[in-house]
Amino acid sequence: MKNIAHSPMGLPEPIIVTPAHVADGYWRGVLGRLMQDRLTVLSCGILLIMLIVIVFAPVFAPYSPTDGSIARRLRPVGTPGHLLGTDELGRDMLSRMIYGGRFSWFIGITPVALALLIGGSLGIVAGFFGGTTNMVIMRVTDVFYAFPSVLLAVAISGALGAGLGNTILSLTIVFIPPIIRVAESVTTGVRNLDYIEAARASGASASSLVRIQVLPNVLGPIFVYATGLVSISMIIASGLSFLGLGVTPPNAEWGLMLNTLRSAIYSQPLIASLPGLCIFVTSICFNLASDGLRTAMDVRA
Amino acid sequence: MLEYTLKRIAYTIPIGLAVSLVCFMLVHISPGDPIDSIVPPDTPTEVIEQIRAEYGLDRPLPVQYGLWLSRALQGDFGESISKGRPIGPDLWVATKNSLMLAAFGATLGFVIGCVLGGAAGAFRDSWIDKLCLGIALFGVSVPHYWLGMVLVIIFSVQLNLLPSMGMGPTGPWAWDWDHLRFLVLPAVTLSLIPAGLVTRTVRGLVSDIMGQDYITTLRGKGLRTSGIVLHVIKNAAPTTLAVMGLQLASLLGGSILVEAVFAWPGTGMLLNNAIFQRDLPVLQATTLVLAFFFVFLNLIVDLAQTALDPRMRRT
Repeated sequence: MKNIAHSPMGLPEPIIVTPAHVADGYWRGVLGRLMQDRLTVLSCGILLIMLIVIVFAPVFAPYSPTDGSIARRLRPVGTPGHLLGTDELGRDMLSRMIYGGRFSWFIGITPVALALLIGGSLGIVAGFFGGTTNMVIMRVTDVFYAFPSVLLAVAISGALGAGLGNTILSLTIVFIPPIIRVAESVTTGVRNLDYIEAARASGASASSLVRIQVLPNVLGPIFVYATGLVSISMIIASGLSFLGLGVTPPNAEWGLMLNTLRSAIYSQPLIASLPGLCIFVTSICFNLASDGLRTAMDVRA
Repeated sequence: MLEYTLKRIAYTIPIGLAVSLVCFMLVHISPGDPIDSIVPPDTPTEVIEQIRAEYGLDRPLPVQYGLWLSRALQGDFGESISKGRPIGPDLWVATKNSLMLAAFGATLGFVIGCVLGGAAGAFRDSWIDKLCLGIALFGVSVPHYWLGMVLVIIFSVQLNLLPSMGMGPTGPWAWDWDHLRFLVLPAVTLSLIPAGLVTRTVRGLVSDIMGQDYITTLRGKGLRTSGIVLHVIKNAAPTTLAVMGLQLASLLGGSILVEAVFAWPGTGMLLNNAIFQRDLPVLQATTLVLAFFFVFLNLIVDLAQTALDPRMRRT
């Protein structure tokens, strides 16, 4: 139990009790730096509140998102009983915004999560094995890079047709290539470091090399990069619904609501722009949270 | 340099072929038979087979792909299923319109981005820096189709200053205010994305360059601020131009949503209509043209960047 750290002067410092988990030091540092970044804390807080509200939508929403009466259509914001007014079919806007968040978050985050899983694995494989494996994976990636992302998403989901599954599929295809590139370059960087060579020389198999030496060192940067994609994914996913390609009526989804409320920009401009404001706030918070995480983890983009 | 140029051009060929294959496959990943959308449900099988043969859909896929690509390269994109007329002329007009919108949007975004990014990089960590970064964050986080709607609400509905839809009076486009005012809102909306990205790039570049030793040397030997600014611009230009070129290319494809908001008669509208009428040949052709544009601009940007900055040369 010798835990005497030496100060630069050479004098022994008081004995420091070893924390129970020294290995967590890095993550503890990251968390500490995150907590000091007020903007990041604020945006994470907003995201957390949104998440709670949409997960427990039935508790928070005063009405059903799909029931309404034409007689009560387009009531202004602040109408008694309808805090945010009603939409073009007389449905309660507040309830639709809350339920709409469920779909918007789901179709925004799922593609990035799937792409992280698939693209991350492919990229790590390409980076770790190099050679032909690398070439095949990276050249196929190049092909998908030759499409602007919005165009690729619209073209694929346009060909597949409207629907939740098709939107998620097309966006996943859009986000796999960039994640592969990042994962590949990070892994290639790690692969040539001395400690990998040392592990290899001491007889570690490929699978344990990847699991024990490579993964812990590449997952961070790849994950941070993927969090930065959530914001753009939410914008494109809601955009597909805005075009009529994603979530189908009568379900509530922010992009779809923005589309159906376009007829109301003359009579109720405030109501017509509310769903877009939700997308914007979510997107900006995800961007800020991702930037904060990147700084705290000291990952270079 | 010549070797690099040739290599880079040669590499574009397999990419172009693969891109065209992806576009071709769009029709074949689509559920249902494309014939179903043009014939009534009770059509006899022989007639369906006859139509299938007319469109060449009865041949094996590789043959269909070869025929389609060789025709497309000659400018013949086949017939639109919903309109029953050749796709080529409509696509050409739409591409021209989209290109005009994207060029305006990209230029505006480029100017805004350079000004904001330059200011932010030069006065790093000051309030100017924070303000510019805030605007950049707004630019990359805002759903541009929503911003378009908000601009329409403010400038068309409330203030009645600018038109909200279309491209102006019928007849040929003219460079006068009657036509140009239709371009203002869509171009401003579209400019926000490149503005945000260019701001971030330029800020990083400028603050990097300002920290370099040669700038300190220049300052030390008494060069005026204007002279230093020139040095900074010269060193930041290649990367900035490259980012800009790629942004222009991606705006051309990414303007779909903005075109939908403003009913701008470009490729976005064409795609939008094609999707709703299940007009897959149009979807295929439009995607192909836009993707080829993207590949081409990527090539130009790479070559220009290499010509301007030999450090960029990759093999």
